[in-house]
Amino acid sequence: MKIAVCVKHVPEQARKIDPETKRLDRSGEGAINPFDVNAVEEALRIKEAQDGEVLIVTMGPAAAQDSVRKALAMGADEALTISDEAAAGSDLVATTNALAAALEREGADLVIFGQQASDSDGAVLWAAVADRLRLPVISQVAELEVSDGKVRGKRQTEFGYDVIEAPTPAVLAVSDAINEPRYPSLKGIMGARSKPQRTVSAAELGVEVGDAGSKTTVEALNDPPPRGDTVRIEDDGAAAEKIVEFIAERKLV
Amino acid sequence: MPTLVFLEHHADELLKPSLGVLSKAATLEDDVTGAVLGSGVKEIAAGAGAFGAARVVVVDKPELEAPLPQPRVDALASIVREGGYDTVLFAASVLAADVAAGLSARLGAGLNWDLTDLVREDAQLIGKRPALGDSVVVDVGWRSEPRLALIRAGTFEPQATGGEAAVAEVDVAFEDFSTAATMVEQAHAESEGPAIEDADVIVAGGRGLGAPENFKLVEELAQALGGAVAATRAVVDAGWYPYSTQVGQTGKTVSPKLYIACGISGAIQHKVGMQSSGVIVAINKDPNAPIFEFSDLGVVGDLNEIVPKLTQLVRERKAS
Ligand SMILES: Cc1cc2nc3c(=O)[nH]c(=O)nc-3n(C[C@H](O)[C@H](O)[C@H](O)COP(=O)(O)OP(=O)(O)OC[C@H]3O[C@@H](n4cnc5c(N)ncnc54)[C@H](O)[C@@H]3O)c2cc1C
Ligand SMILES: Nc1ncnc2c1ncn2[C@@H]1O[C@H](COP(=O)(O)O)[C@@H](O)[C@H]1O
Repeated sequence: MKIAVCVKHVPEQARKIDPETKRLDRSGEGAINPFDVNAVEEALRIKEAQDGEVLIVTMGPAAAQDSVRKALAMGADEALTISDEAAAGSDLVATTNALAAALEREGADLVIFGQQASDSDGAVLWAAVADRLRLPVISQVAELEVSDGKVRGKRQTEFGYDVIEAPTPAVLAVSDAINEPRYPSLKGIMGARSKPQRTVSAAELGVEVGDAGSKTTVEALNDPPPRGDTVRIEDDGAAAEKIVEFIAERKLV
Repeated sequence: MPTLVFLEHHADELLKPSLGVLSKAATLEDDVTGAVLGSGVKEIAAGAGAFGAARVVVVDKPELEAPLPQPRVDALASIVREGGYDTVLFAASVLAADVAAGLSARLGAGLNWDLTDLVREDAQLIGKRPALGDSVVVDVGWRSEPRLALIRAGTFEPQATGGEAAVAEVDVAFEDFSTAATMVEQAHAESEGPAIEDADVIVAGGRGLGAPENFKLVEELAQALGGAVAATRAVVDAGWYPYSTQVGQTGKTVSPKLYIACGISGAIQHKVGMQSSGVIVAINKDPNAPIFEFSDLGVVGDLNEIVPKLTQLVRERKAS
């Protein structure tokens, strides 16, 4: 069984938008989107339970190699990076163009996504990619069973839990509750570098990315509506007292 | 700008969030059509007229019985092509997000999500999108027709204006892959637990508790404060706490006087369920946790240290 996992490299902290380009500032330290670690873990568990190979697929800047290496260190077998200067600023349509074109060539039995990208909070990409690939999709999967030619996912909606079944090949998006991801072992980290890593450009895939492929725009950035006064404290051993004081002043205790 | 609004339904009722988006659409545009896609849904479709739909398009097919996204993409793609809609709006939900994204890929149409408002500026449609933990509000636009938008849960209230809608049923064909996924079991509410909607004080626990047994830390604090215990989806889905206590997009919406979040990162999907709480106190060891963006009192620290002390202090205070 061939399992492709889509992972995104995201800025780690102090996220801000560059007022010039109106794009997310990706210059600082980055890391693998934490939700995608669950997706990698789930793929590894399927591989371990029933044999197969795990391919990491990402579209991102050169620094995305850090995220790829983390996934390989966890135990994934190989990686494909869609790397292209022109890909910066890709929206849903542009990202779908590229990922779907790359995945189409790979012909995986399962394509697994994380729950959401922590920088964009879209939680949408899988459904777009599945439509392009003309494959069934199950999203928000919190419990997964994979058996010959079938996947069965349990997931939460606004009304309770659904159990959905689909034949493979299929596209899945897993929730952050599906598993407890492993940490890469020292051996895994050492071995990651020698695993096959391929790169492909948008041009080679024959798709439009970045601004050229995007169908949404960012027009302006505004401050959020003002909030009331907020207080931030660091626990110096007396945080509990300060909380009590704070809520007592407001007559909540 | 002929606008189409995806009207989600459950248990023979059109859902409030969808009707809220419909009402909003009607304030921006006269030509608003609702789309009701399901099996045995003709009866409920006409109800959309009262909330601003001039027309309702119904697709009534067995393939649409289960609330699965892909056959709905087929249906909407066909409705949009036939009807020439240049804007398609969705109230965010697990189903609607997948339908909107699928439609985006199918039509090559731009999708903006998590919008908290839609305005017309110089005849152009602009979406308001709070981003990065709601620390900035981005004005977003579209380069395509149709323009697709997902509106954040709970943003618009339905406004009953009392109009009537012309209901038209249309037929659509489904792609093979769209009907490949099947519903085995639907909307099963499990693990009954306490109700939290009416509590004045809520102490909520997230994955930062570290283990299910640590929920006793929040239970004891809640008990000391005379409040209820709530949880995030991450811990509910992991089986640590019952679904009935989950706060957020797919859980409950609560507005207690006091909400104490322990070990909760503050994802948007959690925030939408508790943002109207009177006072929000957050305890999180990560100073960059998004929850601090919308807490009245943010405490950076280890909940294992702070919560038991807090419980003790509250008990002493009550006893004295
Ligand atoms: C369609 C959709 C619907 C969703 N619906 C909901 C919903 O209804 N409700 C909901 O809650 N979520 C929902 N989610 C999930 C949401 O996006 C988050 O994944 C979830 O809220 C995270 O839960 P958490 O804060 O418990 O866990 P995490 O995000 O893992 O956060 C744990 C936090 O605990 C902190 N921490 C760890 N140890 C300690 C310690 N010792 N002391 C103090 N702090 C500590 C960490 O710093 C971290 O910030 C939904 C997601 C999607 C895509
Ligand atoms: N640039 C990218 N490259 C590869 N996978 C991605 C990329 N962006 C998002 N994903 C995947 O899509 C999921 C949902 O992303 P989003 O819809 O943007 O929230 C993530 O959890 C990843 O699995």
